[in-house]
Amino acid sequence: MSGSRLRLEAIHKRFGATLALKGVDLEIRPGEIHGVIGENGAGKSTLMKTLSGVLPPDSGKMELEGRRFQPGDPQEARRLGVVMVNQELAIAPHLSVVENIVMGAEPGGLFLRHRQARQKAAEALAKLDRTDIPLHVPAGSLSVAEQQLVEIARALALGCRVLVLDEPTSSLTTVDAATLFRLVRTLRDQGQSIIYISHFLEEVQLLTDRYTVLRDGVTVAQGETSQTTPHELARLMVGRQVDELYSRSARTPGPVILSATDLGGAQKPLSASFELHRGEVLGIAGLVGAGRSELLRALFALDPIKSGDVTFCGHAGNSTPRRRWANGMGMLSEDRKSEGLALNLSLEENLTLPRLDAWLRPAALEAETGTWIQRLGVRCAGPVQSVGQLSGGNQQKIALGRLLRNESDVLLLDEPTRGVDLGAKQTIYRLIDERATAGKAVIMVSSYLPELLGTCDQIAVMCRGVLGPARPVAEWDEHRIMLAATGAAVV
Amino acid sequence: MKSESTSPSSLQTAGRWLTAAGPVVGLILVCIFFAVLRFDTFVTWDNAAIILQQTAVIGIASLGMTLVIIAGGIDLSVGSIIAVGTVVIALCLMAGLSPGVAALIGIAASALCGAISGALITRLRLMPFVVTLGMMGALRGTAKGLASEQPIYPDETWLSSFMRLGGPGSLPGGVWLMLGLSVIVAIMLRHTRFGRHVYAVGSNELTARLCGVPVERVKLWVYILGAAFAGIASVLQFGYLTGGDPTTASGLELNIIAAVVIGGASLSGGQGGVLGTLVGAVIMSVVANGCTKLGLANWVQEIVTGIIIVAAVLLDYLRRRTHRDR
Repeated sequence: MSGSRLRLEAIHKRFGATLALKGVDLEIRPGEIHGVIGENGAGKSTLMKTLSGVLPPDSGKMELEGRRFQPGDPQEARRLGVVMVNQELAIAPHLSVVENIVMGAEPGGLFLRHRQARQKAAEALAKLDRTDIPLHVPAGSLSVAEQQLVEIARALALGCRVLVLDEPTSSLTTVDAATLFRLVRTLRDQGQSIIYISHFLEEVQLLTDRYTVLRDGVTVAQGETSQTTPHELARLMVGRQVDELYSRSARTPGPVILSATDLGGAQKPLSASFELHRGEVLGIAGLVGAGRSELLRALFALDPIKSGDVTFCGHAGNSTPRRRWANGMGMLSEDRKSEGLALNLSLEENLTLPRLDAWLRPAALEAETGTWIQRLGVRCAGPVQSVGQLSGGNQQKIALGRLLRNESDVLLLDEPTRGVDLGAKQTIYRLIDERATAGKAVIMVSSYLPELLGTCDQIAVMCRGVLGPARPVAEWDEHRIMLAATGAAVV
Repeated sequence: MKSESTSPSSLQTAGRWLTAAGPVVGLILVCIFFAVLRFDTFVTWDNAAIILQQTAVIGIASLGMTLVIIAGGIDLSVGSIIAVGTVVIALCLMAGLSPGVAALIGIAASALCGAISGALITRLRLMPFVVTLGMMGALRGTAKGLASEQPIYPDETWLSSFMRLGGPGSLPGGVWLMLGLSVIVAIMLRHTRFGRHVYAVGSNELTARLCGVPVERVKLWVYILGAAFAGIASVLQFGYLTGGDPTTASGLELNIIAAVVIGGASLSGGQGGVLGTLVGAVIMSVVANGCTKLGLANWVQEIVTGIIIVAAVLLDYLRRRTHRDR
């Protein structure tokens, strides 16, 4: 057997105009836990889709145990021994644990061999040292951690050679995560190779034998985990230039317009306190799943508040999104396609929805939309075009235009530049700057650190549901933000 | 979706025009078809008046259903609501109330039925299909109970004149009522905030909520209005039957939904309009009328109507898919 179980060389993948992967190398040895880390958008998920047969690479070489590995689809990749366990679990909640474990590889032909299936499932669970899991209860009645285990058992029952775990602890409690780590080590000791994808540098440090760092679609480093530190890994993840794409005019903060004290939501955030002043852009950094979007949703009264207070313009107490818009708050959703915009409706209908008179004059609304289209530089066929037909950047301009049309005093922006081309980004930064300079206040959630550092006045970092203190942007750099976000250091 | 959309707007406009015109073209084709085969009996004023008279009940109920369907819902109970309406009107007349008051009480009772469905759907977050399926049975039973399982025939009043065919050149009052209500609903959909909210809720509920649309309130009102229109339809049905019948309009909800769908509304919400619905309702009456003129049996009519429904949805699907792929 060769020295590596799985080897990837110079993998390239292009989506339209963007190169998602431009030269990824990855080598996985037998019986090791290999951490793959990188910022959001570094190419981790594209790489894993390539590996699991969802997306074929444009060029590059993939080898599994010395033989060419070119899965045409996920089923083939699984059959060849590369199995992925995603963040969102693929469990059929109504079927039993046994049925879930043998799913897709049920023993027997036309008729099922129940005893054999049961044995197969029991063997897989035994490999995980978890014979305590009942075989015949519906999988949906198990805890999330146990469901994850069932999915791992399914991979083992298939005869998996390389197990890919994507952010496996993101929905687990600390105790469950510790159990999972033990289990992953057990599998490694049985000779299994595990690719462990995580944002959490502490986990990578604790669990993995070796690591590979991706940045902007390229492998920038690989090595033994024991020879590095979380500081070093954070530097490798973010080491990139900040372009002069941002606008930040000189401005002086005014009175407090929005504040939260120990705000807690149904699940997240656990605790968030801050004060937002007029004429200020507050950036909120943190990893995906840290609770940043949930914080904005709670502020906007889209999600219920469980504890703590939000004070807006001097008023606390319950609110609704309708009242928020009326009182001068506006929100941009992170999920443009399923929440931010009604894709079938026209530009005009989308832009004007938050503020409409009881009696509408469509011609006047269309004319008004026309002026916004010009002001925002939206490329489109006209105000009656369906918004779904626009490019991502132009869609986002319409979604943001809503807040501007409403003359909102507080703009809650969740990933305002996600999936947006460079030109539109620049426009969005300019608009944010204009608003803040005009005395409005902005909260911007972003996973893209250069943009936070380039546009915000203050930045606070959220980690596992808790919002850290806001500090002037001059006191932050990417490295410090990454350390605070991954919980590697208390800032 | 990556490419910039700078396609000429003339194409867009043509596409939108076709969306509205599709059902109209369909109606014209169906009329030409029957006119060619049976010119003498089909193309007469009297026949046109009969077709429109027979459209009135379904047409008015379809106006309400259009609101419900645009908002992304469905109401399977409207047939039963119409039956409840006729029975309530008949009982009121038997109790000696004036016809106008009786009709208003019938409409109010119908609206109440819609309020119950709407409250169940918005408060308990139940599926509209299931809730209104249950209401369909429960209200049919209510109608039968109220009427002691017997049709009720009070003395004739001016309510029956709504559906009376006049001489040449005149249309029954019910037809004028349908046209007038259509104008009102069309204006409401296009020119009021509520109308805009109905589209927004049906197109994307999450977006509507994000933008501060009171989603639950809009849905509740849509079901109330939908049932109120069924109530108005029940006044005409009462006039047509000259009595209250707890078994009337059984299965009519499907014809009503079909009219809305033929008219270009999408069952997934966010799309639809009054003109389309009205044309859809007329198409169904024309087909029924034309088949009778051709001497075709009832079962042939039913098959033809079924084919038209599927064809309309298929065309809509094809049109939307080409739209989306571009």
